[in-house]
Amino acid sequence: MPEEYSWPSREASAVIGKVHDRLDGVVKSTGAAKYTYDVNLKNQLIAVAYGSPYAHCKIKSLDVSGAEKTPGVVHVEVLPQGKKDTEIEWEGELLAVVAAESEAAAREGVSKIKITVEELDVFADESNLTAAEVAGRTGKGGGKAETVNEPGDDDDEDEFVEKELQRLFDESKYVLEGEYGIDAITHCCLEPHGATVQWKDGKLEAYLSTQNVSGTDEGFARDLELTADDVHVQCEYIGGGFGSKFAPDYWGIAAARISKATGRPVKLMLQRDQELKLGGSRPSGYIKVRLGADENGVVQVWDSLQWGSSGFRGGGVSHSVIPYVLVPPNYRRVSTTIKSNTANARAWRAPNHPQACAMSQTALDDLAAKMGADSYDVFLANLVNATNGKAEVYRAEMEVGAKLIDWKAKWHPHGKGPSRGAIVDGLGMGLHTWGGTANTSSCLLKIYPDGGVESFCGTQDLGTGTRTVCAQVLAETLGLEVGQVKVNIGSSRYPNSGASGGSTTVGAVCESHRRAGQDAVAKVFDLAARELGVDASVLEAVGGQIRDSANHQKRISWRKACSLIGLKPLEVTSNYRRGDESPLTDSGVGGVQMAHVEVDKETGVIKIKKFVAVQDQGLVINPKTCKSQIYGAVIMGIAAALYEQRVTDPQSGKFVNAELSDYKLARLGDVGEIVVELYEPDSERIRGVIGNGEPPAISPKAAIANAVANALGVRVPTIPMTPKRVLDALAKA
Amino acid sequence: MKAFEYAAPRTEAEILQVMSAEPGATEVLAGGTDLVGLMKKMLVTPDRVVNIMDVPTLKTIDELPDGSISIGAAVTLDLILDHPYLDVYPAVKQAIRGINSMQLQCQGTLGGEICQRPRCWFYRNGLGLLGTQADQGANQYHAILGNAGPAKFVNSSRIAPALIALDAQVRVIGPGEEDEAWLPVSEFFRTPRHDGQREHVLQPQQVVTHVILPPIAGRTCATYEVRDSEGPDYPLAAASVALRFDGFGIIHEAKVVMGQVAPTPWNSQEAARLLIGHAVDSQRAEQAGLAAVRMASPLSENQYKVQLAKVAVKRAVLLAAGQDPGGF
Ligand SMILES: Cc1cc2nc3c(=O)[nH]c(=O)nc-3n(C[C@H](O)[C@H](O)[C@H](O)COP(=O)(O)OP(=O)(O)OC[C@H]3O[C@@H](n4cnc5c(N)ncnc54)[C@H](O)[C@@H]3O)c2cc1C
Repeated sequence: MPEEYSWPSREASAVIGKVHDRLDGVVKSTGAAKYTYDVNLKNQLIAVAYGSPYAHCKIKSLDVSGAEKTPGVVHVEVLPQGKKDTEIEWEGELLAVVAAESEAAAREGVSKIKITVEELDVFADESNLTAAEVAGRTGKGGGKAETVNEPGDDDDEDEFVEKELQRLFDESKYVLEGEYGIDAITHCCLEPHGATVQWKDGKLEAYLSTQNVSGTDEGFARDLELTADDVHVQCEYIGGGFGSKFAPDYWGIAAARISKATGRPVKLMLQRDQELKLGGSRPSGYIKVRLGADENGVVQVWDSLQWGSSGFRGGGVSHSVIPYVLVPPNYRRVSTTIKSNTANARAWRAPNHPQACAMSQTALDDLAAKMGADSYDVFLANLVNATNGKAEVYRAEMEVGAKLIDWKAKWHPHGKGPSRGAIVDGLGMGLHTWGGTANTSSCLLKIYPDGGVESFCGTQDLGTGTRTVCAQVLAETLGLEVGQVKVNIGSSRYPNSGASGGSTTVGAVCESHRRAGQDAVAKVFDLAARELGVDASVLEAVGGQIRDSANHQKRISWRKACSLIGLKPLEVTSNYRRGDESPLTDSGVGGVQMAHVEVDKETGVIKIKKFVAVQDQGLVINPKTCKSQIYGAVIMGIAAALYEQRVTDPQSGKFVNAELSDYKLARLGDVGEIVVELYEPDSERIRGVIGNGEPPAISPKAAIANAVANALGVRVPTIPMTPKRVLDALAKA
Repeated sequence: MKAFEYAAPRTEAEILQVMSAEPGATEVLAGGTDLVGLMKKMLVTPDRVVNIMDVPTLKTIDELPDGSISIGAAVTLDLILDHPYLDVYPAVKQAIRGINSMQLQCQGTLGGEICQRPRCWFYRNGLGLLGTQADQGANQYHAILGNAGPAKFVNSSRIAPALIALDAQVRVIGPGEEDEAWLPVSEFFRTPRHDGQREHVLQPQQVVTHVILPPIAGRTCATYEVRDSEGPDYPLAAASVALRFDGFGIIHEAKVVMGQVAPTPWNSQEAARLLIGHAVDSQRAEQAGLAAVRMASPLSENQYKVQLAKVAVKRAVLLAAGQDPGGF
């Protein structure tokens, strides 16, 4: 056993920190990679679900006889929520599943299902607090107040806070009031949720599109009254999850039941509109803010009321991250939840943070506008309020970002830039924080006597490059090339590894694979030491050799060393448990993002000219996949800033744009020039690996909204900033 | 999708033989980029689909003796974009370029583009094309003109406004095997008043075979679309303009046709009148824009489209006059 797990230094690293193409890049880009959607089993049935056409109703009857009689239909299952008298709370909620010989027959069967309902009142206008109150849809969402001066023993706390805040506002050099908001969006996974399942000898095989390979077998088992060992979940490739694919979901369970009932494999993937309606959404958030700042623009006091919704159960954006990152010494934040007739939200890439960032760093930028100051300086001054101890890192990242976007040369006061016809331009920024702690993970490493190396881990690659990172870590540790290591992931039969949520995967697999690698190579060193006549502690694995680190002539090849293992492969399983102190990983990242936009004042159309993302994440294993992750996050953020919006018809509660043709996303032509800079000085590298899957998706909305405000001299308060909203804001100003 | 019969005629006469006189019983399949989606959603449920892509006469671009250009209905949009005959009609090419999707351009046809069904999301969600839900509901992309009746949707065609501005005609065959008619594209569209009506004047057994563009003959033309993104999304508002100048830079003839603002392409004679007899500058163009939307009757959520339509007209006029449109 090595004395301590550790990473090699920058200089000593041969593979870590070096660009490496994704191991699965070719199979993915040629279409050879099989996603869940591509899995077709012999003799399978295709299942299509029927969803409620009403957003709020009580079911009186559901007649599936027409579906049953449709040619090609083999089985129709009414789901529990399709039963009489059930209250349906959002449009699209699945009520029945039709399994047929073809998708066309299944769809035709679905079209023959007849429903009668008692319609109930619909509320879906989440931005409208007054309307929600009138409709009786609001609830207390909690809140918190914090003041430097504390109430006396006899003081009523609320009254004290009220007075104290007022005093602080009175003392403030600048007081700013604003309203901001960000609409609900959906996860919009290109590969919809779903599974193909089959039973073999009483055991379930499930090909599931999941972020949680090791954890969903229990989900199937529980609902199907099996034990987890009777379930095998597989997911080699997944086409998007973003926090929405952690469970088999009730439709996955339904597929398994139908498969059992019919004795045939069943494939059930959500239809596109169902994916948008049910597959996951991000809560909406709206806020009224009042803040007070001193003569330098440092915010001293913050008072906000927010509201929003996570669907029918209320919810909304957590007040705990308001104001975001830069929290003044005195604040009060109160939140109201709204029950709306929309499907329940699911975790969306850095839950709460993107909305909180967009709802509060916009206010900070408006403060700069009010002061006539450079937004950069105001953000800089407010770093004293950073609550995560990263003020110095942000300062450095701001400097890097400002250089890359040429902030000083391009800056102009809000609304005072030159115009080219109707086109004006502007700069804006935002900054963010996230944890990214390593999840639990185990890795089984096999080293064969012929030198072959193979690893097994029940993790999943969301497209982030996890496979490649696993191989790089093992290659580095064993002194091999990446191509010499075979990485196996994506099966619940492999050693357990945590779900990919919370940016925990890279840390998790780095822990388990580095540990397994170090544990295994130590055993190989023992064998090689005997052969070389040296102490094992002086050995190192470099360039396909095991050698004496002081005397490189004393060496044997990796193959030769492995031949000493004996006849059977060397097997090592190493674990990491989430939360355990480790020199390999850490938690807590930051990032600064800056946007340069152009706005056509006559049409309200916004174009991104340049976007700069500076991000720290401790030790970077593969700069290429790491940067790709940030490019993707920024593109997603641009989409959310400008286009993405769940449009719910206020009268019927129908999600009317639940199609990719209507649910607008950014295309390549919309994203401008994106520049990504990995911030990795020694002080960061030494912290070890930290996940960056989510954080770079946080700031784009605030940065772009601020850039638009800088261009126009007018705040477009609600995101996405559609031409309609830009023109409305200009008309109001 | 409902099971259907598939017919693949080889001649115009054969097309008419396999088309049914019963409304909705047969659908023409061209590129299928619109139709197949509608069929999958069971919004359109024909008993028979008639693929016109194997009819050679529908697939050519020809110059007619009088200099007109005849484009077959089954010619794909990419071919139109690349064809030198059509270089003199930039308004058409700009509209096709705006579709911004190579796949749609290579698969979609001219006939399909002008006959495509409205994108109205109430319609696409199975709530019908006509009706009241668009009155108060999510109507941000709906009509601001011609919306007094039950039709609140906008005509989706991107190319039709340019065709109308350029005085193009369509050749229609059927219902009888010998029947053939030529009509101006401006008369091809109509605003349906009840569910039995289509968005164009074709009867069930009629098919568009060609679009004929008259010689450009000294006119200039342009299309300007307000697009919020570079994807294959429809414009929020659009305008196509054709102008004829005299030797002194004064407009003699003008056509101004807006797209995406009404249940049909919207020919604005008010705007045209304001242009005739004047030179083009941004003020004049702006006035034409204002005139074009003077009669606008926006719905609850689409007031902004009035501004967009106005700007589209203004910028199309400036572009047609070879001037800087002054925006994206
Ligand atoms: C994601 C997406 C984005 C799109 N974006 C755009 C866009 O930006 N701009 C745009 O203009 N379009 C867009 N389209 C719509 C449409 O696909 C194209 O307009 C295309 O040109 C339609 O042509 P097609 O040949 O594929 O038509 P089809 O789908 O084959 O036919 C469309 C309709 O016209 C009828 N039809 C076809 N040909 C004839 C004929 N000769 N005579 C009578 N009836 C006929 C069909 O029966 C059908 O009802 C989009 C479609 C999709 C799926």
